Amino acid sequence: MRTEIRFSGFGGQGIILSGILAGKAAALFDNKHATMTQSFGPEARGSACSAQLVVSDEPVLYPYLSQPEILVSMSQDACEKFLPELAKAGTLLVDEDLVKLSSVKRTIKKFAIPATRFAEELGNRILGNLVMLGFFSAVTEIVSPESFKKAIPGSVPERFLELNLKAFEKGYDYGAETKIKTPNKQKTKIKTDTVLTEPI
Amino acid sequence: MKADPRGVKTGAHYLDGDHACAEGALAAGCRFFAGYPITPSTEVAERIASRFPLVGGVFIQMEDELASIAAVLGGSWGGKKSMTVTSGPGFSLMMENIGLGVMTETPCVVVNVQRGGPSTGLPTLPGQQDMMQARWGSHGDYEIIAIVPNSPQECFDLTIQAFNLSEKYRVPVLVMMDECVGHMTEKVVIPPAEEIEVFNRKLYDGPKDQYLPYEVDNTNGRVPLMAHAGDGYRFHVTGLTHDEKGYPVMNAEVQQECVSRLIDKINKNTDDIIQYEEEQITNADVVVVTYGISSRVSMRAIRLAREQGLNVGLFRLITAWPFPEKRIKQIAKKVKAFVMVELNLGQMVYELERCIAGKAKVKLAPHAGGWVHNPTDILKIIKEAAK
Amino acid sequence: MTEATHPMENILRMDRMPHIWCPGCGIGTAVTAFAMALEKAEIPLDNIAVVSGIGCTGRVAGYMKLDSFHTTHGRAIPFATGLKLANPELTVIVFSGDGDLIAIGGNHFIHAARRNVDINVFCLNNFNYAMTGGQSGPTTPEPAITTTSPYGAFEHPFSLPFLAEGSGAVYVSRWTALHIRRLTNSMTEALQKRGFSFVEIIAPCPTLYSRRNRLGDGLEELKYYHDQIVIDHEADTRELGIGFRDQIVVGNFVDRERPTFMDALNTRFTEVFGKKYEPYGKVAHENGN
Repeated sequence: MRTEIRFSGFGGQGIILSGILAGKAAALFDNKHATMTQSFGPEARGSACSAQLVVSDEPVLYPYLSQPEILVSMSQDACEKFLPELAKAGTLLVDEDLVKLSSVKRTIKKFAIPATRFAEELGNRILGNLVMLGFFSAVTEIVSPESFKKAIPGSVPERFLELNLKAFEKGYDYGAETKIKTPNKQKTKIKTDTVLTEPI
Repeated sequence: MKADPRGVKTGAHYLDGDHACAEGALAAGCRFFAGYPITPSTEVAERIASRFPLVGGVFIQMEDELASIAAVLGGSWGGKKSMTVTSGPGFSLMMENIGLGVMTETPCVVVNVQRGGPSTGLPTLPGQQDMMQARWGSHGDYEIIAIVPNSPQECFDLTIQAFNLSEKYRVPVLVMMDECVGHMTEKVVIPPAEEIEVFNRKLYDGPKDQYLPYEVDNTNGRVPLMAHAGDGYRFHVTGLTHDEKGYPVMNAEVQQECVSRLIDKINKNTDDIIQYEEEQITNADVVVVTYGISSRVSMRAIRLAREQGLNVGLFRLITAWPFPEKRIKQIAKKVKAFVMVELNLGQMVYELERCIAGKAKVKLAPHAGGWVHNPTDILKIIKEAAK
Repeated sequence: MTEATHPMENILRMDRMPHIWCPGCGIGTAVTAFAMALEKAEIPLDNIAVVSGIGCTGRVAGYMKLDSFHTTHGRAIPFATGLKLANPELTVIVFSGDGDLIAIGGNHFIHAARRNVDINVFCLNNFNYAMTGGQSGPTTPEPAITTTSPYGAFEHPFSLPFLAEGSGAVYVSRWTALHIRRLTNSMTEALQKRGFSFVEIIAPCPTLYSRRNRLGDGLEELKYYHDQIVIDHEADTRELGIGFRDQIVVGNFVDRERPTFMDALNTRFTEVFGKKYEPYGKVAHENGN
């Protein structure tokens, strides 16, 4: 089973770190195969940026995404850029204060969280990506929260570790609640085998 | 020999290929690094710069790639395992002194994280277009060793092997990564130091007046015993054609002897040097030959082909140079066709064709670089080859 | 009867004699000064490495009975940098020509001086590329005739002491092949000085440079040095350019202190890592090499 995930936003939001943390958690602590690639451009800041993650039970052969099942978006630009490639029955996670959703296909499951606002409440907007990762973990169940908590130490500055974990938990709790409140009856766990898009 | 534990970060890590390569160098005992930043190889240098101070290594950022490779050769004669890292344009600049490394039999490792070319090309996107340059890029006749990892784990493992081979055969060893593998992050397991085999160059320790720096040692795979500057042997090293003493001699006889040995020490030890991976070759009608990132994408295509009932085998080059000629010739007797999958418009395929010499069909799955093949394109060519 | 021995046979490779240099060439004199300086500096010969690039002067390494490296054109300085950093206990000398060090290797020259790598660069300046038959180079004065400036050179040449000082060298001097004693003293000082030391040696090339410019033989060139030399240790290196058959100012122009590359590296890492950091090349440092 192979799942393709795109984390996106603008440069400086910690998008690449999101990809690394999710991949690290999956590969080192969930015993899955996880290959992360990132888009490199001459721009260092500001423009749409993304990290691509493939999580699979088998070794990942094709390293890139062909049709992601999950799109995590923390900016309007990135969302508009990457939404068209999202699988028909895919899942979209957005920062609701930064992304205004309009004309998203009904088949796509949508989840929103004020990640950056929560991060600001915790003291630093830079933690928005961690809030989003918690939300991602709760909503998609692709990577377990326990593994995330093991992956975060060593990948964030030691002195901010506690704050990062707090941010993650904030997002996770919000995600768990959101899932319960989700009106449609479909199982929120992503059944990736039904939307298999491994490149052929 | 076992690895020096100071350089070994034992454990399971989530690393990209560039960082894994740097860890491989550290584990192999690399303690001198000279380099110049160039995408997509810079992360190797960055990690070395950050790790070296506490493991007793010296990192220096040179003024260009010409200086980097020259410093690496100097570092090696100063007694340190030495490495530089670059990409296409820098690799071109290093060619002359890679030749000096070959001629003076200087152990060192040169990593090329390949990007799309020619010229500035595609700095941030993958290519495998320097494969022939790796073999033939410096002027003159010579043999060299080039190895090609296809995952961050192999970037770690094969960088250690690159050092071991270069120490053993006293030749620059090229690690031909590509942007995709270099920038791809995956799980990398670094074993404990005592489980990592490292090979250190064999040094001369006999009487001073009897030392011949380029004396052929037939017990040592035709590789002469080395001495370092400062060891007291007061030897001479030159890029000119030289005799056993290391003194320049300008005639055809010494040229024949000098260059033949440089070639023989590689060509007559191919069984020890060459590595490859095979899968389902025995009953195959078609064998896909590939390397680096292309091998992973090819595997996907091979699985699709097998699902459609085709007998397709995989032959993955881990060592690109010297080319596994002997094995390819054996396989060529039994199969209908070969398909070469590489991120260029035809390079290693020429070597493959040369070895197969018309015994089987050869088809190329070309790609100009900038991304990897679409597995369906490879599948199409496999099907054509199987006809 | 005892066999006569050459007084420098412990420093020169007598089994490689005769050397390739022409009668009247200044390189042999410079090598003599170098050999005497090595003795005067009292550095154990086993701890010395000499590195050359390509060219007539590039052959110096091969005649020295030391660890010697004849490298590629222009790359002697970065090679020497690697050698020195890998084994800081070595005394490393780059002995090469003006074309090798300043044209094709010019970038390495300024950066090694900037970093203050602890090496000695002895540059023999004969105003042309001699090994390849006498072409113009970065030091050829206007309007000297060479094979590639058949109507006279018209590019402005480098003044090497100015370039060296401006780039950061801690020791800069210039002498000619006539000034054997002073040249030997300067080379000795350079060898004993920590940091990037530079000695320029103006030398005749009678076969090519002198002949094409109708300047007579090697002896004639030494006469020119004798007549036109001004010794001025206080000279401003900005004013040390050499015009065609013009006066040549020589002397020991620069002798200053600046942390070497290795000193700066050790200082920085000790500041950052404290006791966790083991200063690199500490042994050599304490010996004052």
